[in-house]
Amino acid sequence: MVTGVFDLVVVGAGPAGLAGAGTAGELGLRVALLDMAEHVGGQFYRQPAAGLGAARPEALHHDWDAFVALRKRLAAGRVEHLGRHHVWAVERGADGDWAVHAVVGDDGGDGRPVRVRARAVLLAAGAYERQLPFPGWTLPGVVGAGGAQAMLKGGLVLPGKRVVVAGSGPLLLAVASSLASAGAEVPAVIEASGYLGYARHPRALAVNPRKLAEGLTHGAALLRHRIALRTRSAVTEAHGSERVEAVTVSRLDARWRPVPGSGRRIACDALAVGHGLVPGIELGTTLGCGTRTTADNTLALHLGSGQETSVRGVWGAGEVGGVAGAQLACIEGELAARSIAARLGRDPGPEGRVRQLSSRRTRLRTFAEAMAATHAPGPGWTGWLCDDTEVCRCEEVTAGRVREAVADQGARDARTVKLFTRAGMGWCQGRMCGAAVSCLAGDGQPPAQRRPLAVPLTLGALAGQGPEDASEPSQSQT
Amino acid sequence: MTSTPDVIVVGAGIVGAACAHYAARAGLRVTVLDRGPVAGGTTGSGEGNLLVSDKAPGPELELALKSAELWRELAERLPHGIEYEPKGGLVVASGEAALTALRTFAAAQEKAGVTVRDVAADRLPDLEPHLARGLAGGVHYPQDAQVMPALAATHLLRASGAEVRLGQEVTGLLTGPGGAVRGVRTASGVFHAPYVVNAAGTWGGELARLAGVLLPVLPRRGFVLVTEPLPRVVRHKVYAADYVADVASDSAALQTSAVVEGTPAGPVLIGASRERVGFDRALSVPALRRLAAGATALFPVLAGVRVIRTYAGFRPYLPDHLPAIGTDARVPGLLHACGHEGAGIGLAPVTGRIIADCLTGAQPPVDVRPFDPARFEGGTGTGAGAGAGA
Amino acid sequence: MARTPGELAGARPGPAFEITVDGRAVSALPGQTVAAALWAAGVLTWRTTRGGGRPRGVFCGIGQCFDCLVTVNGVANRRACLVAVGPGDEVRTQEGEGRGELAV
Repeated sequence: MVTGVFDLVVVGAGPAGLAGAGTAGELGLRVALLDMAEHVGGQFYRQPAAGLGAARPEALHHDWDAFVALRKRLAAGRVEHLGRHHVWAVERGADGDWAVHAVVGDDGGDGRPVRVRARAVLLAAGAYERQLPFPGWTLPGVVGAGGAQAMLKGGLVLPGKRVVVAGSGPLLLAVASSLASAGAEVPAVIEASGYLGYARHPRALAVNPRKLAEGLTHGAALLRHRIALRTRSAVTEAHGSERVEAVTVSRLDARWRPVPGSGRRIACDALAVGHGLVPGIELGTTLGCGTRTTADNTLALHLGSGQETSVRGVWGAGEVGGVAGAQLACIEGELAARSIAARLGRDPGPEGRVRQLSSRRTRLRTFAEAMAATHAPGPGWTGWLCDDTEVCRCEEVTAGRVREAVADQGARDARTVKLFTRAGMGWCQGRMCGAAVSCLAGDGQPPAQRRPLAVPLTLGALAGQGPEDASEPSQSQT
Repeated sequence: MTSTPDVIVVGAGIVGAACAHYAARAGLRVTVLDRGPVAGGTTGSGEGNLLVSDKAPGPELELALKSAELWRELAERLPHGIEYEPKGGLVVASGEAALTALRTFAAAQEKAGVTVRDVAADRLPDLEPHLARGLAGGVHYPQDAQVMPALAATHLLRASGAEVRLGQEVTGLLTGPGGAVRGVRTASGVFHAPYVVNAAGTWGGELARLAGVLLPVLPRRGFVLVTEPLPRVVRHKVYAADYVADVASDSAALQTSAVVEGTPAGPVLIGASRERVGFDRALSVPALRRLAAGATALFPVLAGVRVIRTYAGFRPYLPDHLPAIGTDARVPGLLHACGHEGAGIGLAPVTGRIIADCLTGAQPPVDVRPFDPARFEGGTGTGAGAGAGA
Repeated sequence: MARTPGELAGARPGPAFEITVDGRAVSALPGQTVAAALWAAGVLTWRTTRGGGRPRGVFCGIGQCFDCLVTVNGVANRRACLVAVGPGDEVRTQEGEGRGELAV
């Protein structure tokens, strides 16, 4: 083996990446595991910083034991964990290997650029939250549901004392239960879909008893904390001057159009809101990896039976293949590692194990698609936007401006809306407004996930990104 | 039929929009077709350079000077939304040899009608306070300007009053007796008109092929870097003197002299690499690295500024680096307005004017013979296709 | 039932230290991000937008939305939800693009 070239680079140290790196290490591969956070765990297993001295980190988590086991496997194998590494691009090398380019630091702002070379790449970058704008959503105190959860898990802080949780998707139940356990009053969880949607997929439920149990756990937590669950409803406006003081909750029809006159105010000092998750696949799309559209209209990487993308040598696991949760992520990470080992001429382990994992994967994917279909945003949600509602938070572009670009200026797709209005051209590169802009553009397509620079980096770092600056495995340990 | 237009323009990019605009002003009824949205091709990837500074004396400079004048007129008539900025260009030389070459080049341009102002090394900071120290000197070109290309295209189209039909991919040309053009066919129907203008940009060669004629338009890839939003940090379009050599180069290899400029929206744009690799959008880290190195060499302060976006675009070029503008003698009723390479935004108005003049029988504002679309027929073009494709 | 997140997680943090927020002294805990320290101090916003001058703070909480950009120790556009706070850090409300000193 050539010195300085890893067998495998894993991008993302959440459940999928941990399982992938751990398994690959056990199979004898030399693995680099890159993640933007200092500690492994990703968003799901985000834990308080060491300095906070949390004696019971598991109190904020579901399935902490599984994480402890994953961490143990990592320590046993030949895995080099590179924390605080923000990957901005993966590039195909000349000799059939890959160069993973990263910048280092809490927010990628410190130190020099790093290049890690490997014979295979596993993309396990996870997901971020989908947001659908509404009047008042830029008010202080309105935060992402996943954001509130992350701030709580990582910093042991709450956005307010009385927090409404709203949006769509099973994450809301977990967030409400965490916030309430940590001392927040949660007057209500507002879910835009009906949970009855699951009943349309009886088979998906029947073969996934553990998912049912999870649901019951959250349901019990809601009861214990006296949290009302209101389905087929949405926060259609947030009120307040300096910060959010109340929200208006409206009933939705089957297409998610707010029912006129159904609005009711709930007093609160914070709102945690989100509409499911969006796979973080830009590193893959830049490489030309094929995508598929999920049941809730996001783009996910198209993955083969061994978790390989359409680009030979690049694998994906977990949310990048469609949002499906930590349990499936672990299975896919392991499957990917075994497939990679086989490709690199190593023993991938017992065949029976792969068969067993594959069948569990199929079952969980079926459930995930049912879940996505149940919580998919209905087309009528744009009915709660006013023309002066900001859609793009970065560039402060309103819904009215986007509608004008579509109606009067010949924009027929999200890309052209972006050119005409700057919606999606700001710091976040359309991650927050992408879903909304696509809906308003009316092309029916999921938001494109094309971001050749996956994270920002300074021009100085980019200019210095020469092979001579490359970090070799032996030097890059942090 | 009363609804039949006088002319169909194929392409809703900046050049098609300008053709529609000037044809409509000349009293013609215009329909614009595009397979995608407005500004969906090269226009949407352009930086909006309206440059005279990078052009050597000759037919293209003549076009550019006329077009600069027309852009000034358009800026008066069109909404401010087009972000027209008559900011001027500043070309700098790092050493004495480069400066001498730049001055010789500028002197020749001046004879051809370009306004040039020599800038001594110690006056450079007056024009650009953040410019690197130690440069040998430069030349200021007050006629250089900038526009936001996609917004300019949509505003030109709206002002023209032309009928715009989007999502219409032309699949064939309709011809009548003697091979004269009668309209076009698209996937969803036929559109009749006695004249058809090929303003299809990088895909102009394909449209010509549908008409049975050769027009070897090929793509030349460019990457642009976009920074985080900033206050005004760079006042002019600033580039190093070797950019001119890159633009004129016949090489297929990567060339990356950086052009640095601010925008009204905040970000600094850094363009643009030039490579002939076909329609390959794959990220080229070496191209980005060299752009970043070039930009930070000109403006050291940018080293600490973040780049938040990059994108590739494809410049439509012809083997002799001149556009095809005017009537096609081979197919009566067919006109071309494409192959402008990296100068399409700048040259759009004059191209539109020439097309309108050709349609109405008026005298074009410049000699159009160098832009004859039929000039590549029979292998007379210089090195058609050299270095293209990958 | 726990009344604070710290109680829930059984937190026994290291000794608190001081940072300043727009010149005002604020207490912070080791390991906290700038955003967490500010939330703990009851501060929800630390940036005003370029266009409308409106206040912003944490939104996505995981480094994706860039709404929480802030100036720390004179460096603009740090993501408060990612950057760890240190003793003596000077946090300043960031106005607009936060690069006013570069304007020509």
